Amino acid sequence: MKDHPAQDFAIELVDVNKWFGDFHVLRNINLSVRTGEKVVICGPSGSGKSTVVRCINRLEVHQQGTIHVDGIELTADPKSIHDIRAEVGMVFQQFNLFPHLTVLKNLILGPMKARGLSRQQAEKTARHYLERVKIPEQADKKPGQLSGGQQQRVAIARSLCMEPKVMLFDEPTSALDPEMISEVLDVMVELANEGMTMVVVTHEMGFARKVADKMVFMDAGEIVEQGKPDQFFNNPKSERCRKFLSQILQH
Amino acid sequence: MKKAALLSLLFLVLSGCASSSSWGWYVIDPRTKSGWINIKFLVSGMGSTIQISLIAAFISIILGLIIVLPGLSSRRWLRVISRIYVEFVRAIPLLPMLFWVFYGLPLIFKSMGLNIPIDPFWGAIITLAISDSAFTAEIYRAGIQSIPKGQTEAAQTVGLSYAQSMRYVILPQAVRLILPPIANQFIYIVKMSAFASVIGMQELTRRANELVVSEYRPLEIYSLLIVEYLVLVLVISAGVRWLERRMGTGDHR
Ligand SMILES: Nc1ncnc2c1ncn2[C@@H]1O[C@H](COP(=O)(O)OP(=O)(O)O)[C@@H](O)[C@H]1O
Ligand SMILES: [Mg+2]
Repeated sequence: MKDHPAQDFAIELVDVNKWFGDFHVLRNINLSVRTGEKVVICGPSGSGKSTVVRCINRLEVHQQGTIHVDGIELTADPKSIHDIRAEVGMVFQQFNLFPHLTVLKNLILGPMKARGLSRQQAEKTARHYLERVKIPEQADKKPGQLSGGQQQRVAIARSLCMEPKVMLFDEPTSALDPEMISEVLDVMVELANEGMTMVVVTHEMGFARKVADKMVFMDAGEIVEQGKPDQFFNNPKSERCRKFLSQILQH
Repeated sequence: MKKAALLSLLFLVLSGCASSSSWGWYVIDPRTKSGWINIKFLVSGMGSTIQISLIAAFISIILGLIIVLPGLSSRRWLRVISRIYVEFVRAIPLLPMLFWVFYGLPLIFKSMGLNIPIDPFWGAIITLAISDSAFTAEIYRAGIQSIPKGQTEAAQTVGLSYAQSMRYVILPQAVRLILPPIANQFIYIVKMSAFASVIGMQELTRRANELVVSEYRPLEIYSLLIVEYLVLVLVISAGVRWLERRMGTGDHR
């Protein structure tokens, strides 16, 4: 399966194009993420940020260009989809926890059913990651009984239980009340410091300055600008990016 | 007062239709020996009606699931097949379908060189199950589609296959929406099982028909028949409400 030479790229998108019907949602997307690198994607609503991230684990299908994850090319082949999903964790804006299962069962479902771990092993891993997101005491509650911030941390732990090489975050704090944002960002900063490869769609520019190795600005389905955070924030090249940054940094 | 007026009106209409111009409740009077024998004869069809309905409902519940899954597929031709089945089966009236199953299927089997006789019992069950399965499938579809797309996506991102995400994530959540209407469908099956009488199945309606032929008191005998179905349906209704209450509170167990 490791059919791609550029092994140092955890994720590589080359000339990716995608349409929803007639609507050209992604235009010539080129993006590479090195192992251990943290990439933050920002841009106005509707610019295609979610779609890029969702293409990386095949929740959306791209029509042109190539996507490689850990050297595996993402194709319609179920095996390639399965192999890539095994390496990619995903955290959604709306958490998407399984509301009928307890926190612990949310965490062990994937490891047991998809990876064939025993319940004992899966629970051990699950409790370890619950500890890491700082809510070990909530294991037996249903998601509906937790606050938004706690639910999102459970969602992060659920992804980590699959021991992915790459973590994707799609606006993980946008659905949260302001006072809960930092508890989720703190967990993500820790994860970043431990060396996880991360692609994060967010408008939390404080977080971006702290962890990002690379900033990406998207508008109207295109990557308008990408670069090092210093240069990106202090001296953006394009007018569109400058305008966007001044808007979101105002409040 | 209004009720009494209505009742006496009903009474007048009913007695007008009666063949002889007076009531003949003696046919089902439990105080007389013949009346008691008649009642026992009528009620003895209850077992078959319940059996047919239960087995048909069970098959329909499984069949409905088999039909709905291709209907939710991303492949167009699979969705079309499921759609055609539902529209087609829903449109066929029960009586002609019953004849088709009972008289037609054995002929088709024979032309394929198979000798599979279909007795009234299974003929009725197969017909009811097929006819009901179209409705069951629609109920499943509504229930499954009401679960947010994010649930399937989350299941995929933790590596579950399509079947696994159905089994562990979608269906357990949809079942609370699916069960009450499915249980309601059961009432439909119980009433429609009356058609089994025309292919000779000895159930409630058949018993009533046979007694009418010998006693010639259709109004009184069919009145008891109505009461018999009423009792069955009320029992099921009570069960459905119990189920709904349990499902409603089942969230935070
Ligand atoms: N499943 C879909 N079908 C049709 N259009 C879609 C679909 N998903 C997203 N879009 C459209 O694609 C564009 C980009 O969406 P998205 O990637 O969600 O943007 P962002 O995450 O940057 O807000 C939007 O205009 C949106 O309306
Ligand atoms: Mg988005």
